[in-house]
Amino acid sequence: MSEATHDAPSGLVADLIRKHGALSIAFDASIPASGVTALFGPSGAGKTSCLRMIAGLDRGAAGRLSFAGETWQDSRRRIFVPPHRRRVGYIAQAPGLFEHLDVAGNLDFAWRRAGRPADLGRDNLIDQFGLRSLLARKVVALSGGERQRVAIVRALLSDPALLLLDEPLSALDGAAREDLLGRLEVLHARLAVPMIYVSHAIDEVARLADHMVLLDAGRVVAQGPLNATVTRLDLPRALIEAAGAVIAGVVTAQDSADHLTELTFDGGVLLLPRDNAAIGERLRCRVSARDVVLTLERQNGSSALNQIACRVIAVGDADHPSQALVQLAAGGTVLLARITRRSMTLLDLHPGKLIWAQVKATALGA
Amino acid sequence: MVGLSSEDVEAFGLTLHLAATVTLLLLLIGAPSAWWLARTRSRLKPLIAAVVALPLVLPPTVLGFYLLLLLGPQGAVGHLMSSLGLSLLPFTFGGLVVGSMLYSLPFVVQPLQNAFEAIGEGPLEAAACLRAGPFDRFWSVALPLALPGIVSAAVLGFAHTVGEFGVVLMIGGNIPGQTRVLSMRIYDHVEAGDYAQAHTLSICLLAVSFAALLAMTLLRPQLRANV
Repeated sequence: MSEATHDAPSGLVADLIRKHGALSIAFDASIPASGVTALFGPSGAGKTSCLRMIAGLDRGAAGRLSFAGETWQDSRRRIFVPPHRRRVGYIAQAPGLFEHLDVAGNLDFAWRRAGRPADLGRDNLIDQFGLRSLLARKVVALSGGERQRVAIVRALLSDPALLLLDEPLSALDGAAREDLLGRLEVLHARLAVPMIYVSHAIDEVARLADHMVLLDAGRVVAQGPLNATVTRLDLPRALIEAAGAVIAGVVTAQDSADHLTELTFDGGVLLLPRDNAAIGERLRCRVSARDVVLTLERQNGSSALNQIACRVIAVGDADHPSQALVQLAAGGTVLLARITRRSMTLLDLHPGKLIWAQVKATALGA
Repeated sequence: MVGLSSEDVEAFGLTLHLAATVTLLLLLIGAPSAWWLARTRSRLKPLIAAVVALPLVLPPTVLGFYLLLLLGPQGAVGHLMSSLGLSLLPFTFGGLVVGSMLYSLPFVVQPLQNAFEAIGEGPLEAAACLRAGPFDRFWSVALPLALPGIVSAAVLGFAHTVGEFGVVLMIGGNIPGQTRVLSMRIYDHVEAGDYAQAHTLSICLLAVSFAALLAMTLLRPQLRANV
């Protein structure tokens, strides 16, 4: 399957330009060959356009695009591989189900054209996304969440080499959204092929992504491993609300009386409100820069359950002149704190200084 | 009202035969044309669309007249056909088919084009990303999704062909069993002052047209629900 030469990068390498009216999009990114890469940015940043260029649905783009060493597009060499030869599983915001077929027919459409690969675990996928009881349903009779689940399984059954998801949760309400997010987390743990996940919701990204490409006004402004990217000090203003660490750790204790989970990570321990964590389970937790309080000494009389010893790495500007962003190292984990400039002066923060980061457990969500 | 003479029955059968042939051929030609019109970004699109729509506004006699010239022994097509050893089309059933196809073309192509346009990009792009090539997308996605439109196109094309007169008059003549269709027969009866006979045939035509439209309206919601 992989025809990559030994020195070619094996992921997706894009250098594409596209004009969309007033917005000109320059998609210059390198996406790893495994894991979930979030294409993150505010509405109108050009995320969907980038995804469509990757899928080959936009012939108006110029530049180069390759995946796994195979050229998909090179406008100078007049190469353009059409979407049906790219082996991408593309799940659009409006999932484009075939209304003349039932759910089983939709899934079969994909599976048949992939040559009915037995190793795809068709039945497992159908169960994993809860479609067993829906197979005979008409597409028009499905709810929004059910449609997205059918579209995702249908894309997976086409045996894609690359999976593209365009805000699959954006049209869903609370319960359906949480349900699908949970299923996507499970998929993430099992999926062998890389996934590019477009979103403007940082909580989805924090739970699903391993890497991140940040888009703002049609430009790639940052890219890299998830936590390294969301804790950068030079994020554009439009994305600054997303600033904050995503901490990955292992559950080491569960206090069922207080409904708290102890998460041990490289740099310390966090308590978070959660009921059902199993010891040894890997969990992620987003610590927004707004929820971090800095103190010079460990506090004894504080209601904040989490106190983490850190060292200041660097200090940068926030989006308001009264505030600053402080990048902190807790062991091998980078945290971010948003504080006022006045506090920064009072605490005399400078790179290398040792400090305590307090985080309320209640800010760490469920 | 009086009963049908054998000549009338013959004309009736010929009309149905003609309409069925024309409808079938028009669907075969019209579907790809309408697909092209619905999808293309070519600069030629307005021109082609106008040519296809022309029979809507053109008097059928004008259309028939030019066809007669074109297909006749002095016309370009007629000349070509006779040099190839083919018999000439005017005043034959084949000529009627060609004339009727041109005359009913917009009634088939436009519903098809509307139906294809109504599908939107979503299902077609999804199919492309599921490895369906262009013909596969047309056959497995566009055609089934456009089925209600295909039914409309067939019914309209059929009914319109059944009722034509001007084109038939020009290039069909009035040859029994060959080109003498119902509308010609009605005209003959009226010319001869035989209003009763004209009345019977007219009722037949009315019934066919009404049944076709009724079938379409009854069938459409069912198609939507079942597909």
